[in-house]
Amino acid sequence: MADSMFQQAIDFLNREADLLDHKAYADWLGLWERDGKYVVPVDTHETDFANTLNFAYDDHAMREMRVARLQSGESVSSEAQEGTVRSLSRFCLLDEDETSIHLRCAMFLSEVRLAKPLLYPANVEYRLTKTSEGLRLHTKVVRLINAGHHLNTVAFIF
Amino acid sequence: MNKLIDIENITADPARLVEEGRIHKSLYSNPAIFEQELERIFNKTWVWVAHESEVAEAGSYKTAFIGRQPVIISRDRKKKIHVLLNRCRHRGATVCEGKKGKTRAFTCPYHGWGYSLDGELRAIPKAEEYEGVIDKQELPLERLRHDSYQGMIFATFNEEAEPLETFLGGARKWIDLFMKQSGGYPLQVLGDHRFRFPGNWKIQLENTTDAYHFPIVHKSFISSLDDQTSEVFDFLDGEGFVEDLGNGHSVMVMIPELVDLEANLDDPIPERFAELAEALRAEGHEEAEVRRLVRAVGGSGFNLNLFPNVACSMAFFRVLTPISVEETEIHHVAIGGAGAPAPFNQMRMRLHEHFQGPMGFGTPDDAEGWERVQKGSLAGPDGWILVNRGLKRMQPSADGNPAGAVCSETGMRAAYQMWKQLMTDEAGE
Repeated sequence: MADSMFQQAIDFLNREADLLDHKAYADWLGLWERDGKYVVPVDTHETDFANTLNFAYDDHAMREMRVARLQSGESVSSEAQEGTVRSLSRFCLLDEDETSIHLRCAMFLSEVRLAKPLLYPANVEYRLTKTSEGLRLHTKVVRLINAGHHLNTVAFIF
Repeated sequence: MNKLIDIENITADPARLVEEGRIHKSLYSNPAIFEQELERIFNKTWVWVAHESEVAEAGSYKTAFIGRQPVIISRDRKKKIHVLLNRCRHRGATVCEGKKGKTRAFTCPYHGWGYSLDGELRAIPKAEEYEGVIDKQELPLERLRHDSYQGMIFATFNEEAEPLETFLGGARKWIDLFMKQSGGYPLQVLGDHRFRFPGNWKIQLENTTDAYHFPIVHKSFISSLDDQTSEVFDFLDGEGFVEDLGNGHSVMVMIPELVDLEANLDDPIPERFAELAEALRAEGHEEAEVRRLVRAVGGSGFNLNLFPNVACSMAFFRVLTPISVEETEIHHVAIGGAGAPAPFNQMRMRLHEHFQGPMGFGTPDDAEGWERVQKGSLAGPDGWILVNRGLKRMQPSADGNPAGAVCSETGMRAAYQMWKQLMTDEAGE
């Protein structure tokens, strides 16, 4: 029996997490719809991202530039980033229709930078588009529970 | 070889730690010096606490720090602004932990003492036990002296401090110019990015007046720009300058053609703002308005460093808060126009996100450099930080102030001379 759409979405998002932890950024860019948005809001309750300040509000061009910067060798903070490990859990189906599926999950991301481990817990919301070639990322909103206070350098992609 | 100085006596004599062209590395790492700075600088001079748009309405408040001391900036029912110590007069708990918002009162969570927005003590639960003991009128939240210039609110613990306008002095002209970037609308705070780095606050203070690092540290940012814009940011060999404005303040002009954003409105619209211009035209704005907004949207071509804690930095306010001798919190405050067309404020926020904050294409690389400076400052028993770039090529500015090339360390020297003055002021003891 084929996996349910919910299970297919979970598998897709775990694959996305694996690509990011292994810095397979070109493959990650390929998961996206061209008009998709990658958002890390400052206010964890915000929904109007275009009209508020975010840590990241990336359209296709900004995602490509962000990846280019991380891989350029020109960014000293990116060079100092030693790696991330993230796990996704507590998946919750929020909504589904013929064209898309909307999910939320918990993310625990650890990174090591200059020998220091840091933890970034977040609620992450995704809207995935159903296409003839499988699921694609349309919206990813990373709501860091510490976003309203202060962060340290983030030289990776959540 | 550098002459060693007597480490034992360093904290006893801050005057010896700052010379004309170099500062001693212990300024970044000695906890005793840090404690003296809080007392002699942050508790004595004017410190920026808010922009008026952050407390725009009656009942608005914002919390901030002066050095390590928590304060509340509030606007009362009559729209008067107050700067209050965030400390209940009973047992000393903070009465407000929110970043900003609206409230009718500040209520201490410990025993329920309630204060109005102007700091007056209004409510004491079970007041009968205080009969004949205290008078509510004598126990308001402590109020700080404060004043505003162009909407920038500064406060001080020092009743003897010179008037704010005198303190800002030659910087006022540049604040006036900076405010033009809201495109003809009242300047409004749109939000902020907050981050910390493990280093001393003065490392960040220096950075705002350091053009020399830009093409090195921000190579990856420049690579992300279109050719026309990256040329604009290639300013080290240009006509820019750094001017010592007195009282530790300085201005670094990087892009002279963007000093006055109300001039040259007929210049061609830059490629990167062509889409914005089209969006504004599509909303029905007159061509003159379109040009005014497009000219203003990228911010001013200069960084104005105001000693000790705020900068009007191209397109945002940079605010620093010292946390400890080796930790500093930075706020990059995004600004726009209150009531300005949505595409204008949206573009300003997108530009801010591109460079600023912990996920920007610029700030993380700056923070990496600052962290390295802090680590390096612990190397060796003695050592000096050089701030002597351009020292022998100074010329008077148009306003008669000392000025050097855009990549000179003129602004750092200005800040450290003010540091030395305040740290060695007999009256400050």
